[in-house]
Parts: sequence; structure tokens; C-alpha cells
Amino acid sequence: MNDTMSRYRTMTGHRLFWPAAVLFVMLAANTIYRPGFLSIELKDGHLYGTPIDILRLSAPLILVALGMTLVISTGGIDLSVGSLCAISGAIACMYISKQPDQNSVGVVVTALAMAMGVSLVLGAWNGVLVAVIGIQPIIATLILMVAGRGLAQLITEGQIITINSEPYRAIGLGHALTLPLAIFIALAAALLVAAFTRRTALGMIIESVGGNAVASRLAGIRSGRVIFLAYVISAACAAVAGFMMTANVSSADGNAAGLWVELDAILAVVIGGTSLAGGRFFLSGTIIGALIIQTLTTTVYAMDISPQTSLLFKAVVVIAVCLIQAPAFRARFSRRRRSAPPPAAIADKPKEQVPA
Amino acid sequence: MTTGTLTAGRTRFRLPRKQIPVLATLALLLVMYGIGVSQYTAFSNVQVIFNVFIDNGFLLVVAVGMTFVILTGGIDLSVGSVVAMTAMVSAALLQDGMPAALVLVIALLIGPTLGLLMGCVIHFFEIQPFIVTLAGMFFARGMCTFISGASIPITDGFWTSMSQERIGDPRGNFVSISVLIAFVVVVIAAYTLAYTRLGRNVYAIGGNPQSALLMGLPVGRTRIAVYTISGLCSAIGGILLSFYTLSGAPLIAVGMELDVIAAVVIGGTVLTGGAGYVFGTVLGVLVLGVIQTLITFDGSLNSWWTKIVIGGLLFAFILLQRLIGIRYK
Repeated sequence: MNDTMSRYRTMTGHRLFWPAAVLFVMLAANTIYRPGFLSIELKDGHLYGTPIDILRLSAPLILVALGMTLVISTGGIDLSVGSLCAISGAIACMYISKQPDQNSVGVVVTALAMAMGVSLVLGAWNGVLVAVIGIQPIIATLILMVAGRGLAQLITEGQIITINSEPYRAIGLGHALTLPLAIFIALAAALLVAAFTRRTALGMIIESVGGNAVASRLAGIRSGRVIFLAYVISAACAAVAGFMMTANVSSADGNAAGLWVELDAILAVVIGGTSLAGGRFFLSGTIIGALIIQTLTTTVYAMDISPQTSLLFKAVVVIAVCLIQAPAFRARFSRRRRSAPPPAAIADKPKEQVPA
Repeated sequence: MTTGTLTAGRTRFRLPRKQIPVLATLALLLVMYGIGVSQYTAFSNVQVIFNVFIDNGFLLVVAVGMTFVILTGGIDLSVGSVVAMTAMVSAALLQDGMPAALVLVIALLIGPTLGLLMGCVIHFFEIQPFIVTLAGMFFARGMCTFISGASIPITDGFWTSMSQERIGDPRGNFVSISVLIAFVVVVIAAYTLAYTRLGRNVYAIGGNPQSALLMGLPVGRTRIAVYTISGLCSAIGGILLSFYTLSGAPLIAVGMELDVIAAVVIGGTVLTGGAGYVFGTVLGVLVLGVIQTLITFDGSLNSWWTKIVIGGLLFAFILLQRLIGIRYK
């Protein structure tokens, strides 16, 4: 009895338990509501089905959220990613639309390189503002969030630029090994970030900077550089996400591309268990968070509710997930549910956190 | 004794550091106005200034509410959506034939209620304001489209008279009633912040919440109060917006929270809290309004230049706050 109880506790105490449970419940509810929800079929050598759609559509969000995880882990926040998506997409589409042969791979690669270069410069700008000048991250990136939208519209001259380029379109809609290419791009980015942060000391260094930047500096870590790097990585992720978003619709809209993606990304990170205060970060949690958000959107579409109203559901899920994870709420809740004395709950807490 | 004379000497001979951002905003506003007057003859018309107030009255009210929240070191992302929701609810209720007075009361209650709830969640469950108010933003925006997917016109007599009433001198310069309401809100807010216990608590919490708690100040109550105040200001802003547009549209005021935050920051309020004035916020809103007017007068510049200029100004002012050494955490 005691053993199952403690096993139950360690399971629910695991950082991925609640996000995964929410995702599972949403998928289950969908399957009950629409029995064909989980079915996948093979057509023309490509897999089709709602789960595949969810994966494909969540790819840009996963990318942005990966970069955001690192930034949030350093104790910062990057509000400019949505604008960066718009800028990178606008530059790439603008360049391609000016070329005589839009289908040439060389043109597309040049376009991607140019857009990526500009995004890295903008990411470096964010990094300098935060790490060198020492401006509060939320404000430093707010500058680019506001001005970046204007820049994207400046690049597209306020128009929606349509392109007709097969290689570029493939970034969003292409297939490889029966699955959409976008899934592989997101997966590759996730593995790359995971390898660099978890197989080298970089991850721990980022966490230590997020935990206490001054203490890390005294311990010999160049905090400034780490923070700078996080913003540059975030910008690079946002740029790739921007390519995907514009490739999905084969057009660049400076106004609408990547609108609110920064908020979704921050949500994904928070749902995944990374604290906005910085410190420990969980890439797997972030990916589950992004999938939860996309599943929610898809569910709402499938239920014939207007896309804007889906925000209502998003609000409910956000508050629910955050409340479940908030230590203050859990303490209150568990005290009320069980008549166990509060000191026991407090004594349990560090134990749960150390292995997690 | 010595410190007393020192500070006295300082205030006499040097500009107080805390007020430099506000003074810089004032200088910027005057310079921009000067540029406008020197470039365009019609710019010197008093009505241009009045129009800035008429067009930005609701923004001013919302920015005043945001000043309270930012002074405590928090942030409220829900304001734009709450403004839209208030306008939407009023339009929908008026369409159903409810009397105007009742609609006003209901509409004015929605914002503070949502603000109170968000404040409680922030305080009792210790979730970051950013996330809680983000959820509030999603909720309010979702409610807008839930009420109606299309814009609802307002034909009510009270609303149209409030919208068309012109108060002004016989030469034709006028302001709308909304501007007067906005001024009343500004004056009440400035008085509250400067001369009441609540106002001093707000500054104390923004300065250092731990010290404020140890001093025995009601940190929780104040924190919940500022989000409620911000909700109330957003509700008033929503009513003013519905006076201005005479409709409720589900996608109105999208992204307004950014303009509001930018106005507050340009007005010299420090985002970590503890320093800033309502007067600065008024100047910040005016700066945004004058930029828009300048760009409209120019005609050759496109609307996206507004965003780029606002971004540039944000950068300049934050750099200024940094250089004169206002404490950042």
C-alpha cells in the first residue's frame, strides 16, 4: 500500500507526467469524439492523417520553442521571435520572387542563407542588448518585436509576396520517407540542440547562468557569452520556423507571419516545466508543450469552432497546466485532499526534486 | 543632518535623477512638435493637439492602468483584449435592447473582475504575471469572437450623443467627452499614486517586495489591487473606444498591449518597478500620438514606419534609463 502510494507519488511528481497526461487526455477525448482521429493512411507513398497533420503543423512552433527554452533557461525571454519569423520569411520570399528561375535550388539556398544571416545579426543585436548593455530581456526583445514587424513590412513593402518555387515549398510541404519534411527538420533541430546541451557542458552552463548569473561568472563561466549565444540560437530557430511558415503558404506576409508565435512558444516552454525564472530547462517537455498547443488548435478546428474562439480553450488549458505545476497550488490542493500534516509534504519536496 | 543638507543641495543644483527620463520625454515631445510645426503649416493648429487626445484617449486611460501594474514590477498583457471585450459586450447588450446605464455598469464590471481574478492567481499561486495575464488575454479575445464573429454597430442614443458631443470654443476647436473622461482618470490616478497609502505601497512593492513585506505593508492586497485597477482602466478604455468607433469588433485593439507598454516605458517608468509617474505616461502616449500625426502629415511614409520609429524610441529611452543608472534588477 505504502509502496504503491510512493510509486504513484514519484510518477505524478515526474516533470513530464502532467504535460504528457494532458496531451494523452486531449488525444483520448478526440478519439472518443471522432473515432477516426488516430487513423493514419498511406496515399501516394505519403502518410496522411490527423496525427501526422498535428506533427507537421507543430514543427515551426517546436523550432521556435526550442530556442525559447534556452533563452528562458538563462533567465531571459525572447519576444522578438514572431517578428524574426516574419523578417526571415520576407527576405527569403523577396529574394526568390526577384529571380528569373524560382525553381533553381541555388536561388533558394542563397535566399535561405541571406535570411539566416540577417536573422543571426538580429539575434546578436538582442544578445548584445541583454548581455552587454544589460537591458531587461523582456524590454530588449520588445524593441525588435515592435520594430521587427515594421521591418518585415518594409521588406515586403506592405504587400503579400507570392512565390512559385518548388524547392522552397518543399520546406513546408515536402515529404521524405513517407513523412512530411517539416517533421524531420524540427526533429533534427531538437536532436542538434539536445546533443549540444546535454552531451556537452553547454546545457549545464546555461542552467547555471540562469540559476545565478553572478555566481556563475564568479565560478569562471563567461555568463555574458552564454546569454548572447542563447539569443543567437533562438533567432536561428525562429528563422527556420519563418521559412516553414512562409513555405506552407508559398507567400510572405509581413503583418501576419508568425503573429503570436512568441506567446505560443513561451506557453510551450512553461507547459513543458521550464520555469520562467530561469535555471533548469527541459527540451522534451517543451516539445510536448508545443504538441499540446497544436493538438488543442486542431481539436478546436475539428469541432467546427471558430479559430479565434479556440483562444478560450487555450486560456483554460494554460491556466490549468500552470496551476497544476505551481508549487503553491499543489501544496494547497494536497493539504486539502489528504489530511497529512503539512511538514510531511514539505519534507517530501526536495526529495522529489533532486532525482527529477 | 549631513545627508539631509546633501540631498537638499542636490535637488537645488542638479536635476533629480529619477526625473530625467520624464524630462527627456518632454523634450522629445517638444522637439517633435517643433519639427511638425516647422514642416507643415497646418500642424500649428490647436486642433491637431486636440485630435491627438481624441484619437488616443482610450490608449491614455489603459496606459495609466498599466503604469500601476508596471510600477509594482508586474506586467499586464490582457489590456488590449479586455478593451475589445468591453466594447464587444457593450455593443452586444445594446443590440439586445438593454438600457444604456445598465450596459455601462455591466461593461465596467467585467474588466475589474477579470483583473481581480488574475491578481488572485498571481498572488496566491505564485505564477508569473506574464503567463497569467497572457491567459487572460487569450480568454478575453476568445470571448470577443464567442459573442460575435462580426463587428456589431452601436446605434444607442446615449452612445451616439457621447460620440458626437463636441466641447470647445466657438472657433471650432473641440475635444470629445472621451478626452475629459481620460483626463479625470489621469488626475485620479496621479493623486492615488502620489498621495494615498495605496500609491505609496505600489512604489514600495516595486522597489523591493521583500522589504515591503518585512515592513508590514499589505503586499498581496496591493498586488491584487493593481491588476484590478488595470482591469478597470481597460474597461473604461473599452467604453471610450466604443464611443470612438460606435461599434464592437472582435479584432479591434489587437497588439494594443505593446503600444501601451511602449508608452509607459517611453514615459520613463522603469519596467522592474518602483520608479515612474503618471505624468510620464501621459507624455509617452502623446509621443506615440504625435509620431502617428507626423507620419500622417508626411503622407509619403507608410504606416509601418510608425512601428520602426516606436521601436527606435523604445531603444533610445531604455538606453537613457540605463546610462543615468536607474537600478535594474
